[in-house]
Amino acid sequence: MNFDFSDEQKQMRDEARKFLSEQCPPKAVREVLDGKAPYDKSLWKGLAEMGFLGVAIPEQFGGAGAGHLELCVIAEEMGRALAPVPFSSTVYLAAEALLIAGSDAQKQKWLPKIASGDAIGTLALFEGHGNPSPKAVKLTADGGALNGVKKPVPDGAIADFAVVAARTGSSGRESDISLFIVDLKASGVEVKSLTNIDLTRGQAEITFKDAKAEPLGAAGEGWGVITQVLDRAAVLMAFEQVGGADRALEMGRDYALDRIAFGRPIGSFQAVKHMLADMYVSATLARSNCYYGAWALSTNAGELPEAAAAARISATQAFQHCAKNNIQVHGGMGFTWEFDCHMYYRRANAVALGLGSLSYWEDALIDRMRKKNAA
Amino acid sequence: MNFDDTPQEAAFRAEAKAWIAANAPKQYEDELRKASLGRVALKGANILEVAKAWQKKKADAGWACLHWPKEYGGRGASPIERVIWQQEEGPFGRLSSMFIIGHGMCGPTMMAFAGEAQKRKYLPPLASGEKIWCQLFSEPAGGSDVAGLRTRAEKHGDEWVINGQKIWTSGAHYSDYGILLTRTDPDVAKHKGLTMFFLDMKSRGVEVRPIKQANGASDFNEVYFTDVRIPDSQRLGNVNDGWNVSLTTLMNERMSIGAGVSTGFPELFEFCNSLMLEDGPAIENRAVRSKLANWAVKASGLKYTSMRAISALSRGERPGPENSIGKLVAGSMIQDVATYALDLQGAAGALSGPEDAEAAGKFQAMLLRAPGTRVEGGTDEIMRNIIAERVLGLPGDIRVDKDVPFNKIPTKGRA
Repeated sequence: MNFDFSDEQKQMRDEARKFLSEQCPPKAVREVLDGKAPYDKSLWKGLAEMGFLGVAIPEQFGGAGAGHLELCVIAEEMGRALAPVPFSSTVYLAAEALLIAGSDAQKQKWLPKIASGDAIGTLALFEGHGNPSPKAVKLTADGGALNGVKKPVPDGAIADFAVVAARTGSSGRESDISLFIVDLKASGVEVKSLTNIDLTRGQAEITFKDAKAEPLGAAGEGWGVITQVLDRAAVLMAFEQVGGADRALEMGRDYALDRIAFGRPIGSFQAVKHMLADMYVSATLARSNCYYGAWALSTNAGELPEAAAAARISATQAFQHCAKNNIQVHGGMGFTWEFDCHMYYRRANAVALGLGSLSYWEDALIDRMRKKNAA
Repeated sequence: MNFDDTPQEAAFRAEAKAWIAANAPKQYEDELRKASLGRVALKGANILEVAKAWQKKKADAGWACLHWPKEYGGRGASPIERVIWQQEEGPFGRLSSMFIIGHGMCGPTMMAFAGEAQKRKYLPPLASGEKIWCQLFSEPAGGSDVAGLRTRAEKHGDEWVINGQKIWTSGAHYSDYGILLTRTDPDVAKHKGLTMFFLDMKSRGVEVRPIKQANGASDFNEVYFTDVRIPDSQRLGNVNDGWNVSLTTLMNERMSIGAGVSTGFPELFEFCNSLMLEDGPAIENRAVRSKLANWAVKASGLKYTSMRAISALSRGERPGPENSIGKLVAGSMIQDVATYALDLQGAAGALSGPEDAEAAGKFQAMLLRAPGTRVEGGTDEIMRNIIAERVLGLPGDIRVDKDVPFNKIPTKGRA
């Protein structure tokens, strides 16, 4: 049994960690946090040069053609470094949607640009509050023209194109939903940046007024594609979350070793030790669930829907748990702008929602387990 | 990344599978499979006899204590082969429960500290299940702080005379031998005055009394020692070096991975699939689903953590203290799962008779057994200390009794 990443994949993780520790130190993340830039453009270029943006994109479309296990190890490092770039929206959402449903021409048009860092993509799914649901999609598509409002759209203000979920029927079924690709720089598209809890990553409201759109995949099959994209993105995002959880745990551990109170390192008090031990436990459980998700994703196994939901829930919990208790270990200093703890807390709570919240994935997991049980 | 055996592992698995298919006591398979929680019992058969017969059969064919050297009754197998065997043995592995302490802790301690002639005499019948061993460490005054134990051993000529009391000894009532940690010097710091022995449990002056536990069952014993004489040749390790000897024993406790820990989740999932609430099936209720999902990811997280540990074994690495999480997570989870299963039953959840209770009372039994699970073999708090200190590298606890002679350590919290 080798339920682990290969030596080559681990080496890629080490390379990514080294690259990000040099190119994406907390100081660089703070440039975006403090509103000096919408995202880190030079880091984005560097990621392209390292081949990380196209690592899972086939060579014929300008990628490295390595695979999803390689993408998982990079995702973990992106989460660990809190990379302030549109990686998840472009690579997990837009690129995966194109890979699943795109025509050859569409893949040829966008994927090489994603791999080279010349195009930022996103998925425009949500329309106000609520979790992913075909019923919540009101934006209409009529004769290749979109009308409606999407929000929040991750990285919507900096994206060049979006995969947009639109209503093309009124039967009340999933087959009412179709997908479209929209050039966000074209006319009929208005983009407004929205403030959100994670200031290192953008969110936007996009208004479509007779915006020109090109169908992605067959009409009426959009919801099936969305479900697949969300499952795949859930695994990849779970790796980011585990990377962030691990880093928050390390920060807490390091502070507990250094900080003296009552004449001894605070890490020698059981109340603090046990809090850190519990953080380790949730990060470890999440990592193991993620590995199973990675296996299912990379082999396109029938277990993917269940494995993705488990990885998503476990990693969401772990990152939230580690990020909040990292602040608790730091005490008052953890609640300052100056310390980095809040950046992990913000990211943990923002990414917990982006692909659908915990309650959505809990429901999905039980549905999927029941189906397997019945089969 | 895959779940596949190496060719060598696959060959070993095939051999084990074939032997088990031809030799296992299949008439008990169903009962053993269902006995996933708590005590294993067989209707119309003495579990001890069935277990001993299966162990002997395994030993005769070279399938007992796989990782032990052949000359001591083992197979000289690799750690990963041992895990594969456990996977293939499946429900029949539950017949090994009375041998676990002997094989997992006493045997390795004997192997490290007994003389060669003793090893050849005592280890093969321990491996074959003909002789059962127990471990006599815990005392009323020494649980998590086992080095606080008080049972005295005093040297009289070539013998040691033992007086004192042990507690929480699994299987003492059917054990033939035991390893015993005693205090030989109370004038030095507590860790420095301990000595380890092994003894015949039929020795004069040994009295075994079952403990009636909080759940009404009796899985453990108290063992009283009154002027019990042990020859010096049965000392394990040097005089006053018993603490180091015991660390070997306890280290081996964590070596057995892959067997899987009970979380109660599969039982709860099955229960919720069939249970009807006022407004429909429990499994369709949002609140129930949320609870189930949270436990599902803990159970799967443990399962795949164990798969990762097995993969490390397969690469030839040794399992480390990170495997402490299994017991820590499963212990409180099974308690929470049982509490919730009763909650779903409403007022009737209080009924525990197998005829009246839902699911034949298994969740009620689980609830009443669970507090022990969180204490035995290292409390939740000790497990967290292990993770904090040995995995995360945090400082050890400040020990106020570290350099104090044992007999000067206070014995009461309140005067």
